[in-house]
Amino acid sequence: MKSFHKSPWLIHYDASSCNGCDIEVLACTMPRFDVERFGIINTGNPMHADIFCVTGGVNDQNKDVVKQIYDQIPEPKVVLAIGTCACTGGIFKECYNILGGVDQVIPVDVYVPGCAARPESIIDGVVKALSLYQEKHEKMVKEGRGLPEDPALDED
Amino acid sequence: MIRSMIIIIGFIVLAPFIGGLLEGIDRKISARMQRRVGPPITQPFMDVAKLFNKEFLSVNKQQLFLLLAHLFFVVFAGSMFFIGSDLLMVFFSLSTAAMFMVMAASSTHTPYTGVGTMRELMQMMCCEPMELLTAVGFYLASGMAKTGIEKSFLVSDLIHSNVSAIMYLPGFFIGFVFILTIKFRKSPFDLSTSHHAHQEVVKGITAEFSGGAYAITEIAEWYEEVMLLAVVGLFIVNSNPISYLVAALVVIFVYFLEILIDNTSARVKWDLMFKITWGVIIVFGGINLFLLENVSSFMKFFQ
Ligand code: SF4
Repeated sequence: MKSFHKSPWLIHYDASSCNGCDIEVLACTMPRFDVERFGIINTGNPMHADIFCVTGGVNDQNKDVVKQIYDQIPEPKVVLAIGTCACTGGIFKECYNILGGVDQVIPVDVYVPGCAARPESIIDGVVKALSLYQEKHEKMVKEGRGLPEDPALDED
Repeated sequence: MIRSMIIIIGFIVLAPFIGGLLEGIDRKISARMQRRVGPPITQPFMDVAKLFNKEFLSVNKQQLFLLLAHLFFVVFAGSMFFIGSDLLMVFFSLSTAAMFMVMAASSTHTPYTGVGTMRELMQMMCCEPMELLTAVGFYLASGMAKTGIEKSFLVSDLIHSNVSAIMYLPGFFIGFVFILTIKFRKSPFDLSTSHHAHQEVVKGITAEFSGGAYAITEIAEWYEEVMLLAVVGLFIVNSNPISYLVAALVVIFVYFLEILIDNTSARVKWDLMFKITWGVIIVFGGINLFLLENVSSFMKFFQ
């Protein structure tokens, strides 16, 4: 389906960012960059999201939250690590409570480097994520997952 | 009979297109108001197509059934309206549809949908009196416009009256347009769920609908939007064909007004929504109803 390319919905989660990257993510939605012209919406709800944007390294307290949000996003989904902190732990890497990059807890598909990551590179990252999204969807269809008659649903 | 069938099929096929396009235009105009470029006007269709291709995640099996029932009753209400059926029935089916939505959301027992559901019920408490009053208003007005002819709730009779209903029902018109803000889930009354990301209860009542389930609520919303705008048109329409053109212009103006209100106001709390809405209903709807009743009895007295 072509529609993926035109309707990626994001969910943004701030793991332990210094807020620099968060502001850049929000700047993408502002009139200057206006990601909505590509159909990109910043939805606050994992159940509606396609792309999971994480900023900042993951710490001991929120690793479960990150995992839970990841699990709540329906397939196909793509994870975007935004900023050096989210990629590797960055400047906070040596802190006692930081586990490192987001890839320590959930599989990351696209790494967007930068401290802070520029809005342009974030948009580039989302565009990269979209082709991966397409691949994942094709794989999902091949395996016949995600349809309402999925036996996993019958557990109730 | 055949005519009704054609109208129903036409409604089922065309309404989502019109509703989707209206939403696309809404998003474009909103973006322009915020000095953004905005998505293409076909964006809502792409969103829905994508949603249908997502995995269906749900904590229970009733949810999908209840949502389909919601969609069914919205389509039913719209079809009834366009084949010229009873206006009261139309609004009752719409309330039934809303109840199914509430049930679908509350079947999941999550905190955010819980808050969203409560707020949805509050919104229904604000809308429903005005919807019923509107039906009653049309009934009374139909009796006045065509003296000597029976009063009627039937849409097919209402459109053949010789005077536009708005001449008798200006207060009802204001009240009905006012509750449209709630019905369309526009700011300042987008309490239970919002089209925008800045929602304090995540996505409120729709938070637990994933993939296709969310797409169904979107499509139901398009049907409902078309139907409610048609009710706005009904205020203007009379036996003169030119009135249909005027009705279309009024509908476009009302829709633009909703977009403007959406973009210029902040969300209110539920109690303020309650007070404002009931205030408007009582002042405009109530006074209009009072005058209508008394004027008609005066007229009877002098006849
Ligand atoms: S990458 Fe830089 S700006 Fe971004 S969260 Fe880390 S320290 Fe802050």
